[in-house]
Amino acid sequence: MKILVCISNVPDTTTKITFTPDGKSFNTAGVQFVINPYDEYALTRAIELKEAQGGTVTVLNVGEADTEPNIRKALAIGADDAIRVNIKPTDAFLVAQQIAHYAKEGGYDLILMGRESIDYNGFQVHGMVGELMGIPTIAPAMKLDVNGSTATLEREIEGGKEIIEVALPLVASAQQPMSEPRIPNMRGIMTARTKPLQVVEPVGQEAKTSVQKYELPPAKSGVKMIPAENAGELIKLLRNEAKVL
Amino acid sequence: MSVLVVIECANGEVKKSSLEAASYGSKVAADLGTTATAVAIGDVQPDALKGLGEQGITKVLLDNDKRLHDFVGAAYVKVIAKAAEQENSSVIVLSNSNIGAAIGSRLAVKLIASLATNVVSLPQINGSTFTVRRGVFSGKAFSEVELTSDKKIIAVKKNALEFDTTAGATATVENFSADLSDADFVAAPKETIKQSGDILLTEAEVVVSGGRGLKGPENWHLIEELAKTLGAATACSKPVADVGWRPHHEHVGQTGITVSPNLYIAVGISGAIQHLAGVNSSKVIVVINKDPEAPFFKAADYGIVGDALEIVPKLIEAAKAL
Ligand SMILES: Cc1cc2nc3c(=O)[nH]c(=O)nc-3n(C[C@H](O)[C@H](O)[C@H](O)COP(=O)(O)OP(=O)(O)OC[C@H]3O[C@@H](n4cnc5c(N)ncnc54)[C@H](O)[C@@H]3O)c2cc1C
Repeated sequence: MKILVCISNVPDTTTKITFTPDGKSFNTAGVQFVINPYDEYALTRAIELKEAQGGTVTVLNVGEADTEPNIRKALAIGADDAIRVNIKPTDAFLVAQQIAHYAKEGGYDLILMGRESIDYNGFQVHGMVGELMGIPTIAPAMKLDVNGSTATLEREIEGGKEIIEVALPLVASAQQPMSEPRIPNMRGIMTARTKPLQVVEPVGQEAKTSVQKYELPPAKSGVKMIPAENAGELIKLLRNEAKVL
Repeated sequence: MSVLVVIECANGEVKKSSLEAASYGSKVAADLGTTATAVAIGDVQPDALKGLGEQGITKVLLDNDKRLHDFVGAAYVKVIAKAAEQENSSVIVLSNSNIGAAIGSRLAVKLIASLATNVVSLPQINGSTFTVRRGVFSGKAFSEVELTSDKKIIAVKKNALEFDTTAGATATVENFSADLSDADFVAAPKETIKQSGDILLTEAEVVVSGGRGLKGPENWHLIEELAKTLGAATACSKPVADVGWRPHHEHVGQTGITVSPNLYIAVGISGAIQHLAGVNSSKVIVVINKDPEAPFFKAADYGIVGDALEIVPKLIEAAKAL
């Protein structure tokens, strides 16, 4: 089985978000970048499937050279090889276009990624890749199993879940509890250095959206404390003052 | 030119998030000097759709194909694309639900449209520029995004905007068919399992959420009873789901579900940045924690310092007395 896992490079989850004074871009100074947490679920599940059933796992990142440490990390966790499409990812369509192109070329059975990135929160790339390739997309998937040429997935729906059985190839986007992300071990880190990381050029650069500016939400006006002895007062305040009950 | 609103339905009814999308779509239509039509998919009674008139919808196209009662991405996209073509729609409005986002992304490619998800404002339309505000960085910031294609798709975040109604207005309902074939249903669900509990987390106006401060699953009856008394849904922090005290679909935060209810009550939750990311767009946040230094108090509107096991019973009692 040939699996492609798409990973994005995002600010560490504890990052305090700030923007340049003109509000035009995210301030990356001093920020540590990690593999998008949702993508880690996809990556680990891909590696588990490979370990159980054989095959290969290729990771793909659409990004400039500064994302390579996280691509190497994915290799250290257990992917076999990697592709980096050398372009700054400014829009979901632009990213999906690159992924769909290289996914078609590689003839993958499964294309996995996270449900959304924790920076731009688009929740878009998986569906776009599926449509560009003319194959089903299951998003978001909480479980994924493969038996021969058929995949069984659990998809989260509002108010429950669906069990779906569908023939490969397909695109699925991962969310918890699809897998338990792994930390790379020393041997993984050593072998990752020698695994192939191919840098390829983008195919077209068409974006359909453009960010004009960023803003932080207004600061909270402060918390109103209620003494523990009068805890019941809270309920009255929520009804009469905040008007939310 | 027209505005098309996608209406999700279940159990014979229109989902509340779709009423918000309808209200949003009608306002956009008014700004553009046109009307808003809806396309309804799923399990719904035609009578329930007439009520969309109250949200400003004039006409509803209803696809009655029973195979659409379960969500199937490819089939839904085909129905909406055909409706958009028939109505010559330049703007399509969806809810920012799992279904909405899954449809939006496929539709954007099919219709060669710009897509914005997680939208929290009406569009600013200025000559040929069309800009919306959306949540980014897991609720820690907003961006203003210009949609540059002729066609635009907007997925509206729940509870982000005021929602108007015109009592008594009714929409006309027309049957609609997209001539679906078996090939559109290859990824149809084999089985659908409904979550237990009466109130859906993603649709709830009030959410009562518990963290590790509850000490163990044996104390969860407190969270459940407070939620029941307030007509709320229950949620939890990530470690609580990871150790199995609660099911994963209740885990809220950066890697869990994002909620934006009117009221979020956090009990025994520290307020780690990853938890806040999924809940900080709630209108009012209440924090109960025995540690006065817990970071959650900085994000809270109301707070009580104290032991959850003592405070929550008092809240239940006060709520029952309302
Ligand atoms: C990549 C990544 C993603 C993550 N995603 C999420 C996410 O989506 N959602 C999420 O929730 N977390 C997430 N986390 C975890 C997050 O960082 C915190 O570890 C988690 O939110 C802590 O949960 P907690 O507050 O329930 O537990 P704790 O940190 O253990 O805090 C318990 C709190 O309860 C209080 N307490 C203890 N006893 C009592 C009592 N008797 N009465 C009242 N208060 C009491 C304590 O003072 C403390 O503040 C993520 C972490 C990472 C690294």
